[in-house]
Amino acid sequence: MSTDIDTTTQQHRQPAQVSLDDPRLTSFDVLREGARRDDIEIVHYEPPFPVSGTRAERRISRFVAGLFLLAGLTATAFLVVYIWWPWEYELGTGISKFYTPLLGVSLGLTLLAIGVGILTWGKKLLPHEVAIQDRHDGPSSPDDRKITGGTLTYMVDELGVKRRPLLGVSLLAGLAPVAAVAAAPLVGGLIRDPHTDNQMATTGWEPVETVGGGTELVRLTREDGSPIRPADVSVGGQMTVFPGIPGGHTNRYADSPTLLIHLRLDDARTARENNEAVGKPDYMWGNYIAYSKICTHAGCPASLYEQQTNRLLCPCHQSQFLITDNAKPVFGPASRRLPQLPISVDDEGFFVATSDYTEIVGPDFWERP
Amino acid sequence: MKRRKFDARALPGKAAGQLDDRFQAATPLRKLLNKVFPDHWSFLLGEIALFSFVVVLLTGVYLTFFFDPSMEEVVYDGSYAPLRGIPMSAAYASTLDISFDVRGGLIMRQMHHWGALLFMASIVVHMLRVFFTGAFRKPREANWIIGSLLFWVGFLAGFTGYSLPDDGLSGTGLRIASAIMLSIPVIGSWVTSSIFGGEFPGTIIISRFYIAHVLLIPGLLVALISAHLGLVFKQKHTQWPGPGRTNDNVVGERMFPRYAIKQGGFFMIVFGVVALMAGVFQINPVWLFGPYEAAVVSAASQPDWYVMFLDGSTRLMPAWELTIPIGDGYVIPPLFWPTVVLPGILVMLSLAYPFLEARYTKDKASHNLLQRPRDVPARTAVGAMAVTFFIVLTISGGNDVFADKFFISLNAMTWAGRIGLILLPPLAYYVTYRICLGLQQHDREVLAHGVETGIIRRLPDGRFVEVHQPLGPTDEHGHGKLEYVGWVVPKKMNRLGALGPAVKGFFFPIEKPVQVPPPAHVAIDPAEEQPVDPPPADKDKKPADREEISSGSR
Repeated sequence: MSTDIDTTTQQHRQPAQVSLDDPRLTSFDVLREGARRDDIEIVHYEPPFPVSGTRAERRISRFVAGLFLLAGLTATAFLVVYIWWPWEYELGTGISKFYTPLLGVSLGLTLLAIGVGILTWGKKLLPHEVAIQDRHDGPSSPDDRKITGGTLTYMVDELGVKRRPLLGVSLLAGLAPVAAVAAAPLVGGLIRDPHTDNQMATTGWEPVETVGGGTELVRLTREDGSPIRPADVSVGGQMTVFPGIPGGHTNRYADSPTLLIHLRLDDARTARENNEAVGKPDYMWGNYIAYSKICTHAGCPASLYEQQTNRLLCPCHQSQFLITDNAKPVFGPASRRLPQLPISVDDEGFFVATSDYTEIVGPDFWERP
Repeated sequence: MKRRKFDARALPGKAAGQLDDRFQAATPLRKLLNKVFPDHWSFLLGEIALFSFVVVLLTGVYLTFFFDPSMEEVVYDGSYAPLRGIPMSAAYASTLDISFDVRGGLIMRQMHHWGALLFMASIVVHMLRVFFTGAFRKPREANWIIGSLLFWVGFLAGFTGYSLPDDGLSGTGLRIASAIMLSIPVIGSWVTSSIFGGEFPGTIIISRFYIAHVLLIPGLLVALISAHLGLVFKQKHTQWPGPGRTNDNVVGERMFPRYAIKQGGFFMIVFGVVALMAGVFQINPVWLFGPYEAAVVSAASQPDWYVMFLDGSTRLMPAWELTIPIGDGYVIPPLFWPTVVLPGILVMLSLAYPFLEARYTKDKASHNLLQRPRDVPARTAVGAMAVTFFIVLTISGGNDVFADKFFISLNAMTWAGRIGLILLPPLAYYVTYRICLGLQQHDREVLAHGVETGIIRRLPDGRFVEVHQPLGPTDEHGHGKLEYVGWVVPKKMNRLGALGPAVKGFFFPIEKPVQVPPPAHVAIDPAEEQPVDPPPADKDKKPADREEISSGSR
């Protein structure tokens, strides 16, 4: 049954109420009457297969049915793989490596088969239609606007804030703090003074107070805690070092990782001259120099050391620092030198930090001295 | 007494009657079933976002059963041998467990991540569609604002989720985030230490991000998405211009059954594609990055794609530090501008755009018909400018990879990005504007002179001219009388029915060629019909017309 209705005649037809009790009505007539009551005209309604049972129709039904059955098959395959395929991780190669891909492929095919099946059903087997619905998106009627507006005005007048100004003022004055009460516990609970114990200016390199009341300098150590002798770093080489205190290499001291560099002779001379120029004559020890590894830009480790140009590169945003010139930023977004750690060698021949960093380590902030 | 016979066929009707007695559902349900939706492929982009959000919700709930959002230090003892015996946070260890020791956990994790990336991608593409077609104009400004907010809330959802595994890469991202907070003037250090519970990284940030990621942000997303859909429903969808389509009606399909069925099928397809990607393409292999350590990072560490433009802006920013000489002196670090100010401006610009445009064009009318991008060259060009800006920043976010793979100097990449960011958007504006004008002109040309037929005719005086097929009635000069109505102008003879429909069947024909109706009688679905289509009388004549001309030219 094709119900192709001519648009022009349809639009001019009187919206006569159809009696729903009329026994001659088909269910499509009922449907169209319902649509009409929602200001919808179905102007074109065309079943794709007016004659049922044609080859083309059966072909599409078979296709859809085939997809649903395929979905069942691949879903079963998913379950089989999920349960019986070896899934536990093993090093190297092995069939367990195919566990996740097989799950993904079987699940994906299942869902795609269902999806394509449903889509084909909807698009190929259901009638094509064009329906036109009125929008009614203009403003409300002037009467309604007037009534609602008037009602609101009346209610405000009834409250009498204008006549009794004290009420309004006291409401604002009284309830504003009450609103703040809601926010107070959250803000108060979260808020933390960033300057507690001068934590922004201190790192793990601060000399440790000993039992006797004196202080002990902190050693430069590897990640495993072993101290470092000058001979451990070859010329032109570099090493990441951590403060030799308990937990010194952990994230608890995230500001402390330091790069110890053994400069070549010429470079060391340049570096020393530059150090003296800024009043840091004793920061280096021999040809060794140590800079904070934490980039002054965004806090990533500035860890890529370019031996030939004596530059340190931060891989996050490509700030570059010239290590022979007191780690001056020479390219990229960083605006501040990497702080230099004053180092020396103790009686046992291990590197120590002679004091904590003398500048703020890490990213910049408003009140940085 | 006779027992009443149980009538199974009457049961649904009776049950429905009982329900309607109580809930008065029939009338609203009829309205819902009857609601008309216009159809066009570009209206499905937002649906991709919605469906991938559902996928992300489902897989996310699964992951919460196995994830432990704690920064307590544990020693890994799971299946992944290379990391065994290494101290790490419980969050990272449980992420490894999801990947290796929970059966099927890895595919869920990868579906979650791919779904999230697809969510953000489809939001952006959907937003571009809405922008370039003018769907944001009155009365839909509120929905444009909600949509823009959805991008940024989705951004937060993505970033908090990305940080949860506490692996080497995400820890570095978190450190950068803390530096960004630090850079805010006056309150920066207070904000940072309040959020991290002290100095970076502290021991609580993962649990705080966790509750934000699984409760607060998804709650906000669900609320915004509901409002977004509710407004689409209330205000009814926009439509393209076309025959019978006006500013006051909606031409399309009723919601049930065909439209709803197509949506359901499409959901399954989005779900299926995410599952396939999750199975076949690896995403975020956290076990390769190791636990987060403050001293460890590698080159080519890129965030998820939707964060890369901010990474790029940070890389391109020159080292301009602002020192304020009051008291001891205060600092505004260069990091502040590309990571706090720039996103702030972008949010404001996108929220304000509908109002800015309405003010500029002095357009106060309600619009339910979409515009083709070429018909509004200025807006299209502004959009092209924004897209160019975004692409330059995104490429710069991976400039170390480009430098490495193409053997370009890294510094040259940075400079190219800096210069490109200033030069390319205006260039894109100009080029797009000209292209729009050119396309407009061509539409008018075809309407006036007709479609090129490819038939060359020799005139008696020896000149050669190409025969044009007018699209409708012509005036005394042979110029078409049809007006441009804001929709596709057919520019090829095939589009006018000069080509018979193909014989159906993929591998073998399922109908005999003789069954194919002749071209002139092909039923054209009004939904896809062009507005410039000539009246039926002319349409019947057309092929004959052409025949006459071509035979004359022989």
